[in-house]
Amino acid sequence: MNRPPALARAIERGLDPFRGKHASHLLPKTRLGGPIPWVIAIMVALTVLTAGGGLALDNLANRARADLSGGVTVQIVEADPRLRTVQADRAADLLRAAPGVASLRRVPESELEALVEPWLGSGLDEEIVPLPALIDVRLDGPATPAAIGRLRAALAGAAAEARIDAQSDWLGPVFDTVSALRLMSFGLIALLAFTGAAAVWLAARNALNANRDTIEIVHLLGGDDAQIARIFQRSVMVDAAVGGVCGLVLGGAAIALLGAQFAALESGMVARGGLAPADWLLLALVPLAMIGIALLTARMTVMASLRRML
Amino acid sequence: MNTAEKGVVRFDNVGLRYGTDGEVLSNIAFTLYPGRFYFLTGASGAGKTSLLKLLYLAQRPSRGGISMFGSDVITLPRESLPAFRRRIGVVFQDFRLVEHLSAFDNIALPLRVSGVREADIHQPVTDMLDWVGLSHRAEARPATLSGGEQQRVAIARAVIGRPELLVADEPTGNVDPEMALKLLRLFEALNRLGTTVVVATHDVHLLRKVPDSLIMRIDKGKLSDPTGALRYPPRREFAEIPS
Ligand SMILES: Nc1ncnc2c1ncn2[C@@H]1O[C@H](COP(=O)(O)OP(=O)(O)OP(=O)(O)O)[C@@H](O)[C@H]1O
Ligand SMILES: [Mg+2]
Repeated sequence: MNRPPALARAIERGLDPFRGKHASHLLPKTRLGGPIPWVIAIMVALTVLTAGGGLALDNLANRARADLSGGVTVQIVEADPRLRTVQADRAADLLRAAPGVASLRRVPESELEALVEPWLGSGLDEEIVPLPALIDVRLDGPATPAAIGRLRAALAGAAAEARIDAQSDWLGPVFDTVSALRLMSFGLIALLAFTGAAAVWLAARNALNANRDTIEIVHLLGGDDAQIARIFQRSVMVDAAVGGVCGLVLGGAAIALLGAQFAALESGMVARGGLAPADWLLLALVPLAMIGIALLTARMTVMASLRRML
Repeated sequence: MNTAEKGVVRFDNVGLRYGTDGEVLSNIAFTLYPGRFYFLTGASGAGKTSLLKLLYLAQRPSRGGISMFGSDVITLPRESLPAFRRRIGVVFQDFRLVEHLSAFDNIALPLRVSGVREADIHQPVTDMLDWVGLSHRAEARPATLSGGEQQRVAIARAVIGRPELLVADEPTGNVDPEMALKLLRLFEALNRLGTTVVVATHDVHLLRKVPDSLIMRIDKGKLSDPTGALRYPPRREFAEIPS
């Protein structure tokens, strides 16, 4: 009788049963399949877009607030140009001496004309449309009503007609809108993350059902839970990684496109709402987080089903 | 007590019921001694597969104690069971081949589960395929193999890791007598290397083909011992083999 060759070799090896440390792959690579990668791609793209929008708004609001927080505009409204200049000069002197004023600047008339030119045309006739004199005051603290009250008291003698506004007041409603939008984007991101996790959970369940026999066989052949979980983590990981990268590219492209269009508006305020490199890094974390969620869900799903086996 | 006295496997008053039905196995008590060749016979539905499932740790008994390789596997935590399963080779009655793996990869599976390096896998698997006469079908998926071919893959997979205990459930049910004999020789060869072998079968002709085998008979969930297989030292009396 001839002995099976594998056993003969085993004898030569000294009867050592096969054993080794290297965790080899148990199953061939699972193919990408089904709608899951696409669902994940769309999730990631939407999350990236929402997060990008939220971050841009945040940047815009922060920068505007920083610019404007200590800013006060003093307007001298006087139809007579000569009188106006005199009043403005006096007001500037008084303000310079007033408490809490860090610096001030007379906004030159040419600058004002340039500002209104798009609306009123050039070669403005002073008689018809008198422009106010503007003084840009920078306080050493925030422009609180008390601080503005002090300025008003300082000006009382010189230019009673002067209008004093905190610059941030003009943008108050804008800030409110921005913070509402930010809150909304956080809510959206939470919803999207939840939906993404649910999609991944479904993917893990899918993989599990499609491979229930395999799991059971590997389990009975002595595969431990971690080994079996790895098989599925890998298959879900491939789905999540492909979906995540596609989604990041899509979402990032959309943000870049929108950013370029806003920049083309050349509106100072919107252009300043761009994304810093750190923000882009944060967005790149979105697919990573999705892959993390995918791995965790896959592992939990597989482990739960394995624990039902002996 | 040494291993020979303790046995490779020891069942104490084991009972098994599925769900709330009556017991499929009751008061099973026996010891399997190392290096022995056991046949488990009994009518269809007697409980052979159920008993083997307890042996290959796919099922917990409803009562009683089981110890394997000197450890009480009932009280053992779940995490330590895989290490025990790796010491057991199983030929399932329904083969349980992984359908999307080739014959080669199915046979290699236990080695990969045990973490054998890829470099050390190719040769033994090729040899084993050769031995079961399936070299030309190495890349075939189980679905494209005949019943007998699938069975041979299942057997090759069970023995490739040189288990300490081999459990085979009707391993020759789908092959011709010549191949059945050849497969039995494979089990014998493994047995001679020290593996304890348990083969469930209702083919009584098979029982006579292995000279030193011991026979356990199961009848409606109760174990009887026609050859004194379960006594120590085991005794065998050919005359009593039921036909
Ligand atoms: N998973 C299960 N759930 C419920 N009952 C089961 C289950 N498996 C087996 N049984 C019952 O247990 C009894 C013994 O079955 P078992 O499969 O152990 O018999 P067997 O001796 O292997 O039969 P065969 O020779 O036909 O393979 C049978 O009555 C069967 O119906
Ligand atoms: Mg059976």
